[in-house]
Amino acid sequence: MAKTKVLERKPLTFAEKTFLPQIVSGLKTTFGTMMQKGVTLQYPEERPNIPDNYRGVPTLVKDPNGREKCVSCQLCEFVCPPKAIRITPGEIDAEVEPDRAHVEKAPQEFEINMLRCIYCGLCQEVCPEEAIYLQDVFSLSGYSRGEMINKKEKLYELGGTLPDQHGKWDKKKAAEQAGNAH
Amino acid sequence: MELLDASLPYLLPIVYALAMISVFMGLCSYSVLAERKVSSWIQGRVGPNRTRLPLLGHIPILGNFLTRLGIFQPAADGLKFLFKEEIVPGHVNKFYYMLAPVVALAPALTTMVVLPFGRYVDVDGITQPLVLANVDLGMLIILGISSLGVYGIVLAGWASNSKYPFLGGIRASAQMISYELAMGLALLPVFMWAAFPGSDYGMSLFGAVQSQQTLWLFIWQPLSALIFLVALFAETNRLPFDMAESETDLVGGFHTEYGCFKFGLFFVAEYAHVIMGSALFVLLFLGGWNFLPGLADPWGNGLIGTLLSVGWFTAKVFAMIFFFIWMRWTLPRFRYDQVMSLGWKILLPLAVGNLVFNTIIIALYDTFTR
Repeated sequence: MAKTKVLERKPLTFAEKTFLPQIVSGLKTTFGTMMQKGVTLQYPEERPNIPDNYRGVPTLVKDPNGREKCVSCQLCEFVCPPKAIRITPGEIDAEVEPDRAHVEKAPQEFEINMLRCIYCGLCQEVCPEEAIYLQDVFSLSGYSRGEMINKKEKLYELGGTLPDQHGKWDKKKAAEQAGNAH
Repeated sequence: MELLDASLPYLLPIVYALAMISVFMGLCSYSVLAERKVSSWIQGRVGPNRTRLPLLGHIPILGNFLTRLGIFQPAADGLKFLFKEEIVPGHVNKFYYMLAPVVALAPALTTMVVLPFGRYVDVDGITQPLVLANVDLGMLIILGISSLGVYGIVLAGWASNSKYPFLGGIRASAQMISYELAMGLALLPVFMWAAFPGSDYGMSLFGAVQSQQTLWLFIWQPLSALIFLVALFAETNRLPFDMAESETDLVGGFHTEYGCFKFGLFFVAEYAHVIMGSALFVLLFLGGWNFLPGLADPWGNGLIGTLLSVGWFTAKVFAMIFFFIWMRWTLPRFRYDQVMSLGWKILLPLAVGNLVFNTIIIALYDTFTR
């Protein structure tokens, strides 16, 4: 058993019994706090610094050449724990992008219901094409439930373009030009 | 013209009184702002800084500065109180419930009648106080009327017909009775020295200020000042003595059942008491409008001198109000029994001893110097 050590408590001095020195030191403390510089962020005008890898609103990104990355494999839809994602797969328009048409698919519609989303980031983790990212947008609002469902257009607008280290289509084109396609 | 001349003696006091009330109410609302701002600074927050009036708030740099300082906030607060739905709970005694806020506010505003706030030199070269009613026993009037304010609190607590307000009201009345005694006894030495045998100042508040031209009473009567200050905190129901409100254990204390404008009246009354208390402390112990201890009245005799004396007095009062607020956000509340034992067992004997001591000193001085 640990030995308890009884600390002897000194009787209060006269000054301490009047409380006055303690009150004065308390006043000093509060005055010191008052003179300190504030740490408050004036929110709508000043925004906090968002760290890298922040899990904000999920967005869809394009590759540096402006192509959609999502191939509507629906893995994110499948993995999404609250079932916030709904994808309608579609074909790529052959006239606009003859290279990719009939090779890959693209989402005809991509909806993320932000009323359901729990910002877990599983969609970003599971995406084989690195097409969906949780970025730095953290505040979103709307007047109706409908407004809170992010459609494909909104998702691309929020996502923008991210640097792409694989360059899948660029590599393919380079290989074709070098004469060893496939 | 004749009619005007005849009615002037009756009209002027009304005009003065209205002016004083409006200034005083303005001070009250800005003390609320000061409380919110100072508390937020002490707690490392920002405080109200968004309210902006249309024209004034849009002056390029000044407008932003004033908005950040929350200068327009009292207007918003007041309007909010005014336009909220008037809810009267079903279980209250309606008449007294309505009466209580008025009873709380009226004494707080009445006492300012005898409060001197500056001085001027009249045509005969005699220094006169700037005051609505220059009464010799101004202090008695203030003590008598300001303690009526507790009736408002007790009435509110009782008429609300619910247990928290009731407890708050009971505590407030007990506390008021306990500290009134010590307060009165702490004041007596002040007036004994002011109306010292052979001094030319009477018992009036003005006399008390003029007698401090050379030395502030705070410096050579520190015990009286301390007792008076503590009793003042108790009388104004401010932390560390806010027994009437005790928001940590009595929800809101006596005003738990009150909302909107009636609550606003209680709120204004509290700050009116704070301002009155600060002004009293400045008058009695901090030399009123006298410049610095030992440096009496560098202000001239003209209009500018008068304005300077008023300004200096107001500055001291503001400093005192700040002290009240500062104290509130520094100390926690006393327990009820601690309040009682402090009042009865410590302050009262101290005040009595202080009075006896001063009486003996004055008697000795009077006997041997004559």
